[in-house]
Amino acid sequence: MDEEVKLVGYWASPMPPRVIWALKLKGVEYDYIEEDIYNKSELFLQYNPIHKKVPVLVHGGKPICESLVILEYIEDTWPQTPLLPKDAYERALARFWMRFTDEMGENAVSVLTSSGEKGENETKVAEALKILEEQLSLGNTKFFGGETINMVDIAHGWLPHWFECIEQLVGLKLLDPKTLPRLHTWVQDFKQLPIIKESLPDYDRLLIYMKRIRERFTNSTE
Amino acid sequence: MEDKVVLLDFWPSSYAMRVKIALAEKDIQYEVKEENLSNKSSLLLEMNPVHSMIPVLIHNGKPICESLNIVYYIDQVWSHKSPLLPSDPYQQSQARFWADYIDKKIYSLGKRVWKSKGDEQEAVKKEFIENLKTLEGELGDKLYFGGDKFGLVDLALVPITSWFYSFEICANYSTESECPKIVEWAKRCMEKDSVAKSLPHPNKIYDFVLLLKKIYGL
Repeated sequence: MDEEVKLVGYWASPMPPRVIWALKLKGVEYDYIEEDIYNKSELFLQYNPIHKKVPVLVHGGKPICESLVILEYIEDTWPQTPLLPKDAYERALARFWMRFTDEMGENAVSVLTSSGEKGENETKVAEALKILEEQLSLGNTKFFGGETINMVDIAHGWLPHWFECIEQLVGLKLLDPKTLPRLHTWVQDFKQLPIIKESLPDYDRLLIYMKRIRERFTNSTE
Repeated sequence: MEDKVVLLDFWPSSYAMRVKIALAEKDIQYEVKEENLSNKSSLLLEMNPVHSMIPVLIHNGKPICESLNIVYYIDQVWSHKSPLLPSDPYQQSQARFWADYIDKKIYSLGKRVWKSKGDEQEAVKKEFIENLKTLEGELGDKLYFGGDKFGLVDLALVPITSWFYSFEICANYSTESECPKIVEWAKRCMEKDSVAKSLPHPNKIYDFVLLLKKIYGL
């Protein structure tokens, strides 16, 4: 497939790296375009008129939106280095966990943007993390994909940096090596992989960005 | 080995209806186990320990959860009959996108359309109708969302049309006036056996909603 591949992203969003990691693992060349999501371009709005969000993958001029949809498209279009199991049942399981992490991510964002006492969202995130810990223990492998990462690991790629920032800003200690040892190790192992490391945003820069978001929603300066 | 297919169901669930349509499209024989959601069976808790929600498809003892996930599974396993997804990767990605949109922007709002009141209901209703109009735009002049043939996006959306009558009564609006093409498309889908057999009559859903309102004291 020799048509031009472009990826439109925003440096602070955890979704574009999912696409970057998948493309890199498959050895697909692409051009990255940084979009200012606070001042969206006409072209961007043409690519994603429905949700107006990053990432957008543009392949041969045709846009694909929503990160999990993009990941499936990448898997179908560039079958080398498979990132999803071929077996239908295993594939269904992988998709289940990919959606699970997205739901967990939404709850984590709600934790960041709300102030006050420990709430429902924090409880939901804590419970979800426990379930992931059990899942990793059951599989007894380094990553969700086995000894190497697959799409499930990629989908969880918001835990390093983004979730770590949320924990720091809100004062949580959920991802604790004592209570969630497998998951804690997963985070360390995952972000050490060169292909992952080189596409993670700078932690301190991200922290400042997320702090401003938290302040804007909670109307406070901590 | 003969395939054993079991569906853990709850008859008013639009999510479960999607699976029934898919199974009917593929001519798959299966057993239905109706769940009482206020008293979930040990089978449901065992097969879906994470969410304890229906639908769950149990294929030769192995559970698959989440309605769209189940539909993708069915399409992959029983690929020789009535494909639900297009074969072209780009067309497939567009179908998945719209199925995801329907989940996030239609199904997720449904409960609040009938359950909420006052200003909240007005706001949800407005958003719901706007999103239906977006889908209407995507349908355009096509017979189905997928073109000439019934496909994934049609299957993903049509079940919730059995709830439209209830939404309309509770929130005081008319889908026919707001989105006539969607109503026309839904009627077209109902001409298909697989859809007609899988959707309950809207009056039955409304009776169910009245019962829920009584239980919740609404």
